Amino acid sequence: MVKLAAPEEMKREDLEKLHDSSSESVCISICGGTGCRVFGSEDLYEAFRVEIDRHKDDVNHAVQVKTTGCHGFCEQGALVVIHPSGVMYTGVSKKNVAEIVEKTVLRGEILEDLLFRDPQSGESIVHEADVPFYKHQERLVLNLNGLIDPFVIEEYIAQDGYSSLQTALLDMTPVEIIDAIKTSGLRGRGGAGFPTGIKWELCRQQPGEIKYIICNADEGDPGAYMDRSIMEGNPHRVLEGMIIGAYAMGARQGYVYIRNEYPLAVKHLKQAIAQARDHGYLGQDILGSGFDFDIEIRLGSGAFVCGEETALMASIEGRVGEPRPRPPYPAERGLWGCPTNINNVKSWATVPIILSRGPQWYASIGTETSKGTMIFSLVGNINNTGLVEVPMGISLRDLIFEIGGGIPNGKGFKAAQIGGPSGGCIPAEHLDVPIDYESLNSLGAIMGSGGLVIADEDTCMVDFARYFMTFTQEESCGKCVPCRLGTKVMLDKLEQICAGEGQPGDVEYLVELGEQIKRASLCGLGQTAPNPVLSTIRYFQKEYDAHINEKRCPALTCKNLITYAVIPELCTGCMVCKRNCPSDAIIGEKKEIHTIDPELCTRCGMCVSVCKFDAISVTSR
Amino acid sequence: MINITINGRQVQVSEDRTLLDACREHGFEIPTLCHHPALEPYGACRLCMVEIQKGDSPPRLVAACTHPCEPEISIRTHSEDVIRSRRSTMELLLAGGNQSQKIVSLATELGVEAPRYRLQVADSCILCGLCVRACNEIVGVSAISLTHRGMNKAVNSPFEICANTCIGCGSCVMICPTGTITMKDVNSYIGAHKFKDAFDSWYCQVCADSQWGQPFLAKSIIEKSGEPEEPSQSHVADGAILASDHS
Repeated sequence: MVKLAAPEEMKREDLEKLHDSSSESVCISICGGTGCRVFGSEDLYEAFRVEIDRHKDDVNHAVQVKTTGCHGFCEQGALVVIHPSGVMYTGVSKKNVAEIVEKTVLRGEILEDLLFRDPQSGESIVHEADVPFYKHQERLVLNLNGLIDPFVIEEYIAQDGYSSLQTALLDMTPVEIIDAIKTSGLRGRGGAGFPTGIKWELCRQQPGEIKYIICNADEGDPGAYMDRSIMEGNPHRVLEGMIIGAYAMGARQGYVYIRNEYPLAVKHLKQAIAQARDHGYLGQDILGSGFDFDIEIRLGSGAFVCGEETALMASIEGRVGEPRPRPPYPAERGLWGCPTNINNVKSWATVPIILSRGPQWYASIGTETSKGTMIFSLVGNINNTGLVEVPMGISLRDLIFEIGGGIPNGKGFKAAQIGGPSGGCIPAEHLDVPIDYESLNSLGAIMGSGGLVIADEDTCMVDFARYFMTFTQEESCGKCVPCRLGTKVMLDKLEQICAGEGQPGDVEYLVELGEQIKRASLCGLGQTAPNPVLSTIRYFQKEYDAHINEKRCPALTCKNLITYAVIPELCTGCMVCKRNCPSDAIIGEKKEIHTIDPELCTRCGMCVSVCKFDAISVTSR
Repeated sequence: MINITINGRQVQVSEDRTLLDACREHGFEIPTLCHHPALEPYGACRLCMVEIQKGDSPPRLVAACTHPCEPEISIRTHSEDVIRSRRSTMELLLAGGNQSQKIVSLATELGVEAPRYRLQVADSCILCGLCVRACNEIVGVSAISLTHRGMNKAVNSPFEICANTCIGCGSCVMICPTGTITMKDVNSYIGAHKFKDAFDSWYCQVCADSQWGQPFLAKSIIEKSGEPEEPSQSHVADGAILASDHS
């Protein structure tokens, strides 16, 4: 590979690459994100190649096949998009490949069966850009995910990649860069939302020759995978942001702290770092500017608390991943006692966009206090599970119903847990809340790093809170008393309430204890851990009261408080439930009405899901 | 020197002090469990919470042992919020089944009699980390560390086998506020908790009133410090807290 010593060379290479991809070619873009790989997208690349080869005499234009990063619409995988027309096929498997090549690639015909069908209108949609899931998004950070092969640096360069770095290193001073980031209004996308420009400035102003920057890729919220998809799909943009940041702050060494459970992201990132070094974007004298900088990967071992910046630094240093009190902040005393800047993957990936399109342009997106876009992973009871990037200020309703396609099976919306296990739930009456840092805080939730779990009307909110508390309690590092013992007491109480053993006064005790844990805990984990409980109590106290006072679970979820029975009028005696019951709790002969032994029944719900006649009832005990 | 206010009284302190240092220096008592003046602050027990306010910003609770003194800061060591926070933390320690004398008496002082809830654990170790830090910062051998996390967190030797770096100095025993770590003295052998099986014990004639009954100095301390073989008139081992702290 050619190491680029001067900017002129880079421009020339850029143009060559751009020329390559702007010819009259067709490009079959296969989603290679982890979600679509589960649906078998890895086999599609080879299948398409074979099929194209078979038809090479019929093809009168170049056909390119590439595996890209995550397209975002994970619910519909495996996804295949044919460029430049933008025809999108969903649920593609190997058996569809021949037909796609023969009809769509060669003859431009559309395969109706593979198109996305809008669950609300029932209409099928041909082009990716017209799918409501994409249409209402504003994909700045994710825009290249479906276009480029993350394994090929030239593809990123051809899309103007590393041009912001060139501008930064050759035409801007570090102070100008920091001013640009400040003007853009970018706030840390890791959760706390501290203004990124100010954080950079603080680090830059610290005395000392040695400074470090860190990319926090220890994404750990249940159901959240925004950072993973960026690193898998477009690792170079993260690196470019880091190099620009390092130049602005005067750091010579950067680290990406990424969890070992993200093997694909680690693989792509390693490859990207090696390629960036080969091209002279990392290492000595970057682009002939005289600036030296390199990046290393540090693998985390799956401790959620290591996403907290001080615990993360301890882990990089090889110590126990425990947080320490701040101040001193990492900008003053961070890694090995040196000034250190830590930003989230999304924040770093946003930096090149701000420089290339201008800070004012970036600041024009969003609200007064929250600028730009935010990436959410939309999961739970929602039609369009996937990764979405939306402008700040969009309403939660639009996000869930326009982009997310609403709640499956015609169920009603109950709550959205925003901000992961540190966040809070937002009920239906606040669906019109604009998504910005302040509005979410005022409702007891947080922006967090982008986890968004949707709960439908059948969700028990006590059980919902218990789930998140189980997570934080297990992940508490145990250093400080309020978090270690407090979360355990809260979890025990929630488990008792779900089991019908709650006592009057428990809700008040949970609120009191939760508030104290928030105020007294050492780090962000403990300071936010009670949020799911406090916010569910705030909006759904009636459900807590029903569990405690009436020993009743209104959503019919908590196993100790419900009972299963066969509805005699509907039972046909088909034996399906009996055969499927894992605890042999169903009694009955063929063509006779069955009964369920409540003593043996574990209330697993298997009979309900297999009964074709809706003959099983679930009621309060 | 900077001006700060503690409980309404204007005082002068040097800027490099923590709030806890400043308060104690001026006679304001704050309870602590994980703090020791000879060790780096740790901020784990959260009993030393105080309320601070600067300018117009709303008051907030911070751990006095780790928070530095800032100019014009106003500290309240016993505000309603502070007391509530300390009581809550104390109640949690009692809920964790802690029956050690230190914890029980501190709880009584703070007005916490019985916890409203009891966890199904009973360990007198409060994970204050004093032993680990003393072993690391003062003795310099790091024979013990905190292992695991959350409710499973514990003080342990590497891989739960006896640490070959342990010199049997007893610093961990002496500094433990709840008496969780004990020293066994069996004939002429001593052993600290489960960190190492046994050491040859030597007797120090000066330390006659040692905390754990029979005074001793392990042979390995003497070897480490390079002192003459027979310890008799003077304390040995500059690293060993037990020999220097209780004379």
